[in-house]
Amino acid sequence: MLTMNTENNIKTLIVKKPLKLDCGKTINNFPIAYETYGLLNSKKDNAILIFHALTGDQFVTGLNPITKKDGWWSYAVGPGKAIDTNKYFVICSNVIGGCMGSYGPSHKDPDNNKIFGTNFPVITINDIVNAQYNLLEYFGIDKLFSIAGGSMGGMQVLQFISNFPDKSKTVIPIATTSSHSAQNIALNELGRQAITADSNWKDGNYISNNATPGKGLAVARMAAHITYLSKKGLQEKFGRKLQEREDLKFGFDADFQIESYLRYQGSVFVDRFDANSYLYITRAMDYFDLTKQFKGNLSDAFKNTKAKFFIISFTSDWLYPTQENKDIVIALNSIGADVGFVEIESDKGHDSFLLDVPDFLNALKNFLDKSYIEN
Amino acid sequence: MKNEFKVIAELIEKNKKVLDVGCADGTLMKFLKENKNINIRGLEISKSKVQECIAKGLTVIEGNAEKDLKQFPDKSFDYVVLSQTLQAFLNPELVLSELLRVGKKAIVTIPNFGYWKVRFHLLFKGTMPVTKALPDEWYNTPNLHMCTLKDFVYFVRSRNIKIFKSLALNNLDTSIINENNLGIKNLFADLGIFLIEK
Repeated sequence: MLTMNTENNIKTLIVKKPLKLDCGKTINNFPIAYETYGLLNSKKDNAILIFHALTGDQFVTGLNPITKKDGWWSYAVGPGKAIDTNKYFVICSNVIGGCMGSYGPSHKDPDNNKIFGTNFPVITINDIVNAQYNLLEYFGIDKLFSIAGGSMGGMQVLQFISNFPDKSKTVIPIATTSSHSAQNIALNELGRQAITADSNWKDGNYISNNATPGKGLAVARMAAHITYLSKKGLQEKFGRKLQEREDLKFGFDADFQIESYLRYQGSVFVDRFDANSYLYITRAMDYFDLTKQFKGNLSDAFKNTKAKFFIISFTSDWLYPTQENKDIVIALNSIGADVGFVEIESDKGHDSFLLDVPDFLNALKNFLDKSYIEN
Repeated sequence: MKNEFKVIAELIEKNKKVLDVGCADGTLMKFLKENKNINIRGLEISKSKVQECIAKGLTVIEGNAEKDLKQFPDKSFDYVVLSQTLQAFLNPELVLSELLRVGKKAIVTIPNFGYWKVRFHLLFKGTMPVTKALPDEWYNTPNLHMCTLKDFVYFVRSRNIKIFKSLALNNLDTSIINENNLGIKNLFADLGIFLIEK
């Protein structure tokens, strides 16, 4: 049912079993690209499944063989780090809809052998975790030690434990929400409009037209990048500093360092990310509403699990603010679940979970290591 | 571990579910978890104290008792513990009623403002009392609503709260407070421990 191959440094699991998606369509024979770190012990009780955020991928730590940059969670994951790969077996897979090897809009539609583009089915967070569940079967893991992720990764954490309540001992949603807010849908829509307004998008068929909607995707990334930072963080890092010039140029070049920084962030993003994947994954986030899945009672999402939860938010995160994380804590407390919560002081905005924030990394490490001893 | 915590721990039977409100660095929680197999949760406002609890492997929620107790269902804990914090709340009456809603029973400890050293300090020095149990100056104390043991007993009675056990602590001495000795204990105890229920 599952076969594995490695091509261009990307390990891929081919899932033969059909997966019925929330949109009504069914996919089968589809690839899930994944990576692992550390060793699975003989009892198979040291596995941690990590879920990546919107623009992440399976390359959590070490050198990303495709981008040649550090993995997206290198501060938190690795030998001796908070998620210690000397101790734990870490698995992460690229979400379906993504562009790092998992089934997505740049793949060919088996029905007509044409690149999907926007004919790829619209996927949800629920579909994403149901697809990833196949990894447990592949590795023969009956129960994970932990599941962890920030931002959209946190949404997958919540959906996973709701779908598979006895498949993880501990659960770590970070800087996330149980229901995507109007503000966040609005911000995602801004990004999607930037992409589809690019004349090179060509109704999603840019690959077969040898084009790239790079301008649109870069603008989407620039706008999103601002939301990952905080006002204070931006002010401290950039202020009104000028970019390699003595004075204002009275034009529309990047006079300010912040402009130059954003343009750079946009341009490097285009090299590694697919525009249609950006549309699909932001849509999955917008559709995420775990409360609605349980008819308005979020507690019901967790009523069948005995897992130990640890929820973390950051003071300067205005994208997934503390209150939205606390709503999850409240839902868990109201059913007597085992839940801990901490808000970490940080000026680094939503991106805090990806950065070197010692209070966060210490809390994560202590929670995992102490829970593992009690295991 | 301080005597107060030992006395609190003796009031709690094994294998119960307990919420420690204002759990600080988790000393009492750790003791209850390890020695009495207590299913223990903490609520703590200080970020650094929350970190200390996490480092001890304790389940703690960062939060404010005046706002965050309402998320817990009625009688969801066998005991709720509040150690020397009631006087620091803006609205102690509300917090007390929340403790008794969330817990089947509550254990509340009170630094006694009626303690003779406190009285002497004010009487002879004429300045706000500073003692071992009340170490802060008037301008930086977190304590907003100081009371004596007598005040507390009168208050809970007026709210029809049942007192199961009242204990007076003076350093390492622990004694039972009853109807007849309340006046004396109110003079000689620096701390009162009350097991109550509504």
